[in-house]
Parts: sequence; C-alpha cells; structure tokens
Amino acid sequence: MSTARSKPAAKRKSAAKASSAAKRKAKASAARRPGAANQPKREPLVKVRNLKMHFPVTEGVFVPKVVAHVKAVDGVSFDIMKGETLGLVGESGCGKTTTGRCILQLEDVTEGEIIYDDVNLITLNKKSMRPLRQRIQVIFQDPYSSLNPRMKIGEIISEPMMVHNTEPDQEARDKRVAELLEVCGLNPKFSDRYPHEMSGGQRQRVGIARALSVKPEFIICDEAVSALDVSIQAQVINLLEDLRDEYNLTYLFIAHDLSVVRHLCHRVAVMYLGNMVELAECDELYDNPVHPYTQALLAAVPIPDPTVEGGRKHQIIKGEIPSPINPPSGCVFHPRCPIAVDACKKNVPEFREIRPGHWAACSEI
Amino acid sequence: MPKLLEIEGLKTQFYTSAGTVKAVDGITYDVNAGETVAIVGESGCGKSVGAMSILRLIPDPPGKIVEGSITFQGQDLLQLTEDEMRGIRGKDIGMVFQEPMTSLNPVLTIGRQLTETLEEHMGIVGETAHARSIELLGLVGISEPDRRLVQYPHHLSGGMRQRVMIAMALACEPKLIIADEPTTALDVTIQAQILELMKDLTRRLGVALIVITHNLGVVARYADRVNVMYAGKIIESGTAHDIYHTPRHPYTLALLKSVPRMDLPRQAKLDPVEGQPPDLTRLDDGCAFRPRCRFAVKKCAQKFPPLEKIKGPHIAACWEKEKVAKSARTIPTSKTKRMRKAS
Ligand SMILES: Nc1ncnc2c1ncn2[C@@H]1O[C@H](COP(=O)(O)OP(=O)(O)OP(=O)(O)O)[C@@H](O)[C@H]1O
Ligand SMILES: Nc1ncnc2c1ncn2[C@@H]1O[C@H](COP(=O)(O)OP(=O)(O)OP(=O)(O)O)[C@@H](O)[C@H]1O
Ligand code: SF4
Ligand code: SF4
Ligand SMILES: [Mg+2]
Ligand SMILES: [Mg+2]
Repeated sequence: MSTARSKPAAKRKSAAKASSAAKRKAKASAARRPGAANQPKREPLVKVRNLKMHFPVTEGVFVPKVVAHVKAVDGVSFDIMKGETLGLVGESGCGKTTTGRCILQLEDVTEGEIIYDDVNLITLNKKSMRPLRQRIQVIFQDPYSSLNPRMKIGEIISEPMMVHNTEPDQEARDKRVAELLEVCGLNPKFSDRYPHEMSGGQRQRVGIARALSVKPEFIICDEAVSALDVSIQAQVINLLEDLRDEYNLTYLFIAHDLSVVRHLCHRVAVMYLGNMVELAECDELYDNPVHPYTQALLAAVPIPDPTVEGGRKHQIIKGEIPSPINPPSGCVFHPRCPIAVDACKKNVPEFREIRPGHWAACSEI
Repeated sequence: MPKLLEIEGLKTQFYTSAGTVKAVDGITYDVNAGETVAIVGESGCGKSVGAMSILRLIPDPPGKIVEGSITFQGQDLLQLTEDEMRGIRGKDIGMVFQEPMTSLNPVLTIGRQLTETLEEHMGIVGETAHARSIELLGLVGISEPDRRLVQYPHHLSGGMRQRVMIAMALACEPKLIIADEPTTALDVTIQAQILELMKDLTRRLGVALIVITHNLGVVARYADRVNVMYAGKIIESGTAHDIYHTPRHPYTLALLKSVPRMDLPRQAKLDPVEGQPPDLTRLDDGCAFRPRCRFAVKKCAQKFPPLEKIKGPHIAACWEKEKVAKSARTIPTSKTKRMRKAS
C-alpha cells in the first residue's frame, strides 16, 4: 500500500501540495468522526423557529388574484450549533432549498423567526442585513449556472470581496485569489480562465473559493456535490471537510444523497412536504430512525455492497409525494404511512424530543 | 445456450474540430437471456455511446461505428439496412432513457403513444390495442389507467412518466431493454419503486436488461453482472460480488473507495482518485488510467494491458492486478459479511 502511494501521479502531487495545511491537519486527526479536530459546540449559531414560507399561486394576467399557496416550508424549528455540520435531507420539493433561502433572507418569510447570533434576521432591513451577508455564504448545486460565463475565475472569486469591501486593494485581492485557489486544490494560474474552460469538479471548487473569499463563518451548501461524478465528488467532500476543520466553519449541508450526509454531518434533519419529521445525531438517525418516513427513505437507498443488498428486505413505500399546494390534512405523511391510524388524518403530530437530542413528529411512537 | 447479445470489438468514434473522440474503443461483452448487466463508469467514459451503438442511433456525422460486430439473436445488427433496424428498435430491443420527457411526444396522449407503438410493431389496432394499453399501464403500477390514457405527458409526475416509458418499452414484448440512467432524475423512494418494478418485470417476463448507471448502490442491488468502463474501454467485468468484493483494477477499487456507506458509521476520510478523466481525443497506447493511478509502473505507459481472466466470468485489464488485490482488502466490509465469516 505504502509503496504504491509513494509513486503518485503528477496531478496527485500538485493537488496534495495545494491544500497543504488543511490536509496535513485533517490527516493527523485520522478523522474517524467528521471534524474530529474540532467538535461542534453546544451553543447555537442559528435558531430557526416556526419558519413558514408560503408562496402565493396567482391566476389572471392583468389583475393577478391569489388562488392558493404553495406551503414550501410549513412551520419548522431547529438549531444549528457553532462548528456543526447539520444535514438537511428529504425528497425533491420538500422545502430544503427554501429553508436555506429563508435563512439567507432571500425570501420574504411568511412567518417565524431566524435568530442568527441573537439577532432576528426577519426584523432587519437591507442595510443592517449587509454585514451579516458577509458572514453567511452559499455554495450551489450547479457549477455551470452559478458562475457568470463572461467573468474570469479571478473576477468571480474577487466579486464578494468587492461587494463587501473586505479587501479594497487590488493587489491584496489578487493575492487572496491565488491563495484561495490553492486552498481549494486549483492551480493559481486558473484565475485567468473562464468557467467553460474548466471541468464540473473544478467549477465547484471555484464556487467554494468564492464563498470563502470573505471569510464567512457559516456556509449553506445546497446540493454542493450532487452534480459531480463519484470520484470528483469525493475530492470535493474531502475539501469541504478540510476547510471546515481549518477555518472552524459551520455548515448547513442540504443534500438528497443520504450516504454523503452520513459521512459529513454531525446531526441530520429530515424534511417531508414542508415539515420537519425527524432530527437526531447522525449515527442515531441512521441506526435507529423512529419516523416511518425516515425509515422508508433509508430503506429505499441501495447500498453499494451486493452481500448487504442480498440480505436486505426491500420494503418499498407506495405512492407519490403529494402537492404542497394542497397538502394532506393532519399528518402530511398519512396517505403513504404504513402505520397510520385514523387520528393521523386529523391531528398534526407535534415535533417532540423522543429521547435526549432525538426529535420526531409522529404520534405513534 | 446461445447468447442473446454479443458485442465484439466495438469501436465508435466522433470526428470533431478538436480531433477524433474515441468514445467507445473496442468493447466486447455479452448478455444472456433474462440477465441484468450493469454498465458503470465516470461521466464521458462512453456508456451511452456504447448503448446507442447497439441501437445504431449514433448521429452520423459526426459519429461513426468504425469497427466490431453486434450480434443480437444470431444476427449482426451492423449489417442490417436502416429499415430492418427500425423493425428491431422498440420491438425486440426496448429503450428507457433518463429524461422521459425527451422520448415521449408532448402533443400526443399517453394512450395514443402506446397504441401507436402497438400498431407499428405488433399490428394491433382498435379495441385490442386500447385494452392492451390499459393492461400495460396496470402492469407498471399506474392507478386508474383508463383516466391516464387520455392525459398528456406533462400531466404526469416524473416517476409516472418513467413508468409510461417502461410500459412502452414492454409493449412489444422485447427480449432486451436498454435503460440509460433510468432513475437518475427521480427521488429515492420513487427510484426504488421503479427499479423494483423493472427487476420484477424483467424476471417475470424473462427480458434481459442493460442498465447504465453511475449509482453503485443500484448496481449492487440489481445487477447480475457488471462492466466497469474507463475512457472508452471495459477495464473490469464480473459478477457484482467479484467487482465489489475482489476488484482487480485500480479504477474499480478507487470507485468503491470514493462512495461513502450509508449502512456503516463513518470509518475514515474518503480516499478518492485525484485528477480528472482523460481527454478522449488524446489517448496513447498505454493504460489510460495511468496519470491517476497509484499502482502505475513503467510498463503501463508502453502497452495497454489486455483483459485477463481472473476466475469464472471475472476479467480485468491491469498490469498490477496482484497488488490491487492486496489493497482491495481495505474496502469497508459490511456487518453481514463479517457475521457470515464468523459463522
Ligand atoms: N418562488 C417560488 N414560487 C412558488 N413556489 C416555489 C418557489 N420556490 C419554491 N417553490 C415550491 O416550494 C416547494 C419546495 O421547494 P424547494 O426548492 O425548497 O425544494 P427542495 O427540497 O430544495 O427540492 P429539490 O431537492 O428538488 O431541490 C416546491 O414545491 C417548489 O415548487
Ligand atoms: N455527438 C457527439 N459529438 C462529439 N462527441 C460526442 C458526441 N456524443 C458523445 N461524444 C463524446 O463521447 C464520449 C462518450 O460519451 P457518452 O455520452 O457515451 O458518455 P457517458 O459515459 O454516457 O457519460 P454520462 O455519464 O455523462 O452520460 C464523451 O467524451 C463525449 O463527449
Ligand atoms: S403521525 Fe400517523 S401518519 Fe404521521 S407518521 Fe406517525 S403514524 Fe404515520
Ligand atoms: S495498467 Fe498500470 S496504470 Fe493501468 S490501472 Fe494497472 S497499474 Fe494502473
Ligand atoms: Mg433544492
Ligand atoms: Mg450517458
């Protein structure tokens, strides 16, 4: 093994050199647990309380009339601890991105509170929100559409520094760009290239470098590795992990890939149709899921091991995800729930702490 | 027993301004009746081009099948006229693609599309065709099929559209279905439903399946055999057990080490291959994986390693197979596997 490793290809060498400090540190910690180097604190950085985001559905061209609402997020509450990576999972349309956008104040929140470092963001105006925008950054899924095709990589990475005026000096900015490219495992010469001259994995690294440029403390990763091939995806996951340890970052890691989430996150929250159905420590959630939806979700994920798959019961949950415009009454999961009782059609289950640190919204557990 | 499909030395290339893209560079494999064969590999390695070549759907220009043979039920598809080929496509060989919207006609009802296929390939018309359409939709688990027949594709959810695609692929009782990323665009619970449906139907009806996917979990759950592709070539092939438990090619090993496991607590950091897949216009005579390979030796630059037999159907193309075998022991093992060993 070690002899094989001592003959790495040229590309490997340069990549290893690039994120030198971060990599060395991470390797030293052997990283059995995510971010073993610095475990998250018990102090919340973000507190989300009863968050609701209802989008109006309008009809009529000249005099638009609101005919219904998409209940994209319908009353979720959770904390994100300092230094923690909180995974947010669930199927398409369950409200993950909308939750992230509400925290970023990119949506006009319908109801609820988002308390960031003791300040309720909902009450802030644009001007007072500004300094906070620098502390909260975002990395998107699609490395193709999230980078301006007409800007050079260097300009893309500098942009947030100019917007927030954190590095007014051009020379200092260029130096920082070179530094950031290296940290993210890219050649500093790439700053003169355009996005279309780079691969998907490289573009995703540019997106990460841009987010880091203004030294944020909190990054929302919205499907940040979903569009990448497995080997490239693993490279970017390792990068995100190294950066987290190096800069004490807090992540909200939005993803639909449950394997990646188990690997990277400290705690995991599961959403279904705008509601949070379960939240627990990572291993606790995967090994002892209590909510029927979480159980169904985990059972549906195929494991890359034919021996395990051969011994698994494939209980496939029936039905499709209902529309968030007219969500089912009572517990929104009841039409698909294998253990639903009559009362589930009427009563909305409370999101409660079943065991210390393990929350779920189901009346039957 | 004769093979259902035998692909021999297939080469498909694209002639572009950047040079000749060797998208599929001499692949050989076969598919038995009723068997599920998975094709895996990184984006751009030639999975789709390989499958489209079987159906002779390579756009020409810029593409061309330059060498090889594709024997389906004893007949070389590459020797057929375009007319004869049309009789096979959608009839003996069904197709299911990633994005059903691009293969379904948006201006025709679901019912019309099904009856059209039945009419064209099976000569079934009128009431019989209508009844058969309802039967097919029921077969793929669509509720209230008579109501769905008059709907248009955009009325259906992604999962339902994929079910309709499967119904259309099954309409003419094919011997083989080629499914290119059939569930990639779908949610995981819907993906599980569709895959389970495909498995059930192919087993029940004895249809063989070539499934192209990048999801190693899907392969482990459903494939009888697996072909791993890299840069236009099959570099390892075998049963799912061979590939996952005793890989002999560094790329296969790297793939397995790149995916986190959902069923096990985190063990260590991921250990991916660094670097990017190669440019298919600039391949030399050596092993294409060389720039990213931890096992590379001098010989790798000079000569492409042949696919050599390891055991049974398991074959791999690497000069350093024995070293890889030792390293393969570090793949995370499952609880069940450990238990089995203990007992
Ligand atoms: N601006 C908007 N106007 C109306 N509806 C919206 C808007 N943004 C999102 N929605 C709807 O809100 C719901 C939640 O969407 P959201 O993007 O948050 O889901 P998601 O969990 O991120 O899904 P995915 O996994 O597909 O990214 C969806 O039904 C979506 O169609
Ligand atoms: N029409 C075309 N013109 C030029 N090159 C093409 C064309 N179609 C495919 N190629 C090239 O052929 C190679 C193989 O492509 P193919 O679509 O088979 O990849 P794939 O393995 O299916 O990848 P993915 O997982 O992204 O679908 C790629 O390098 C691609 O760029
Ligand atoms: S509250 Fe009822 S319907 Fe909802 S998850 Fe629990 S048992 Fe199922
Ligand atoms: S032949 Fe050489 S370069 Fe290719 S995979 Fe084997 S060891 Fe690596
Ligand atoms: Mg989203
Ligand atoms: Mg493809």
